[in-house]
Amino acid sequence: MADNLPPPTINADSAQYWEAARREKLVIRKCRACDALHFMPRAVCPSCWSHDLEWVEATGRGKIHSFTIIRRAPLPAFVDRVPYAVALIDLSEGPRMMANIVGENALNIRIGDEVEVTFERRGEGAVPQFKLLSA
Amino acid sequence: MSLRNKIAIVGVGESDIGKVPNMTGLGLNAQAAKRALDDAGLKVTDIDGLLTAYSFTEPYFMLGSVMCEYLGLKPRYNASMVVGGASPAVMLKHAAEAIAAGHAETVLICAGENRASGQTRDQAVAALLAVGHPYFEQPYGPSIPGFYAMIAQRHMAEYGTTREHLAQVAVTARRHALLHPNAHMKKPLAMEDVLAAKPIADPLGMFDCCLLSDAGGAFIVTSAERARDLPSRPIYLLGIGEYHTHEHLLCAPSLTEFGASVSGQAAYAMAGLGPSDMDFAELYDCFTIVPLIELEELGFCKRGESGAFYADGKAAIGGELPVNTHGGMLSHAHAGAAGGLFGIVEAVRQLRGGLGPRQVDGAETALVHNEGGILSSHCTLILANQQR
Ligand SMILES: [Zn+2]
Repeated sequence: MADNLPPPTINADSAQYWEAARREKLVIRKCRACDALHFMPRAVCPSCWSHDLEWVEATGRGKIHSFTIIRRAPLPAFVDRVPYAVALIDLSEGPRMMANIVGENALNIRIGDEVEVTFERRGEGAVPQFKLLSA
Repeated sequence: MSLRNKIAIVGVGESDIGKVPNMTGLGLNAQAAKRALDDAGLKVTDIDGLLTAYSFTEPYFMLGSVMCEYLGLKPRYNASMVVGGASPAVMLKHAAEAIAAGHAETVLICAGENRASGQTRDQAVAALLAVGHPYFEQPYGPSIPGFYAMIAQRHMAEYGTTREHLAQVAVTARRHALLHPNAHMKKPLAMEDVLAAKPIADPLGMFDCCLLSDAGGAFIVTSAERARDLPSRPIYLLGIGEYHTHEHLLCAPSLTEFGASVSGQAAYAMAGLGPSDMDFAELYDCFTIVPLIELEELGFCKRGESGAFYADGKAAIGGELPVNTHGGMLSHAHAGAAGGLFGIVEAVRQLRGGLGPRQVDGAETALVHNEGGILSSHCTLILANQQR
């Protein structure tokens, strides 16, 4: 199903993020100077502009901050997947990221639902996705 | 530097709007510019500055220079500015600063695209996805309506805003558009139509989303001093402010509080006025949730009360604060940066008066808000038909 979906785009900021995802690990950036964590990896800490950054592994747990069910696909590659859930997930470490909610009951999600990371193969790599944490 | 009372809008123009297959995007800009020039009673040689924004359908490099070339202008002040839908108001701010500093005297600001004819609907939807983050959002198949839908869901969850509240924004916009001779939409729209429309991204349906129009808009800005010599009635800039918090939704500091409150405060402070002094407002309305949030951010109602504000008819012409008296981007026109620019055009026309059934009674002071991205970039301006 994910065969024709866009594979990860790897660049100097994100190479380690996507390499971790390929190995089914979710990593985020941490600043050694001010301890701030950030998603969307950058060459500097967006809080203090330090270059002294490291990668830390996230627990992969989080909560749905908001979501939508996409019923009209924006690109041909997603037409076969409609309807599907896109959500903003607040990781338990703090940073927020976007992903699909996949698996059972994905279309019945609510704000505040607890989710955990799973990985969807795309091309040679994988993208982090989330599924509802079973009660 | 306070710009209060120093700058006036002296001419406004709209191109033909809707499906205009016989004109290019540049042509639509030129038509709007010519109409603004005539409206101002100026000659081509009076224009010594030009600002324009961007185009998805005709993505020329150096669009500002391309526009000058197309129009035969050789200005001493020119740029293309890209802060999404916030561009027209931000361009006004830059032009005002340049005029106040003596870098230009009379600046043409224009924007527009042939979005209905220059690309298919699928191409338009795909091209606009460039607003989403290419690596950390787009792999998940979000859409622009989807981003705004997530904001709407959060507003509904935090404040109890309803599906009907959103629909009322579209219904009100359409009623206003039917009073505008040049609006893209010509047929009435009922609440039931909005609720029954094709779903796009929950909770938003087709009529919660802005149009894709062929349209260009333009206005001309000069000093208040120079405006006195012109035949048109000048509309004065009393206050203006901007604020930028993010571009991509995943980096937005909040899904319910945005930069409009900051840009609004700056505009109010410069004008020495507050929300209760505004006779009407032209807000950004790319999706129905947006004017609701802006009413709250700009101090016209408390957080969570914007849905009731619309439901009670306060945003309709004749209500407490008429909003988007031309029909907005939901029903008048949307074509790139021209969408927000038409809010400025409409505010000028209302403040001059004489619009018949569309006229807001006693229109003397107005607020216009433009936002770009996903409620990312904000610029608020306050206009009046007299210096204060
Ligand atoms: Zn830091």
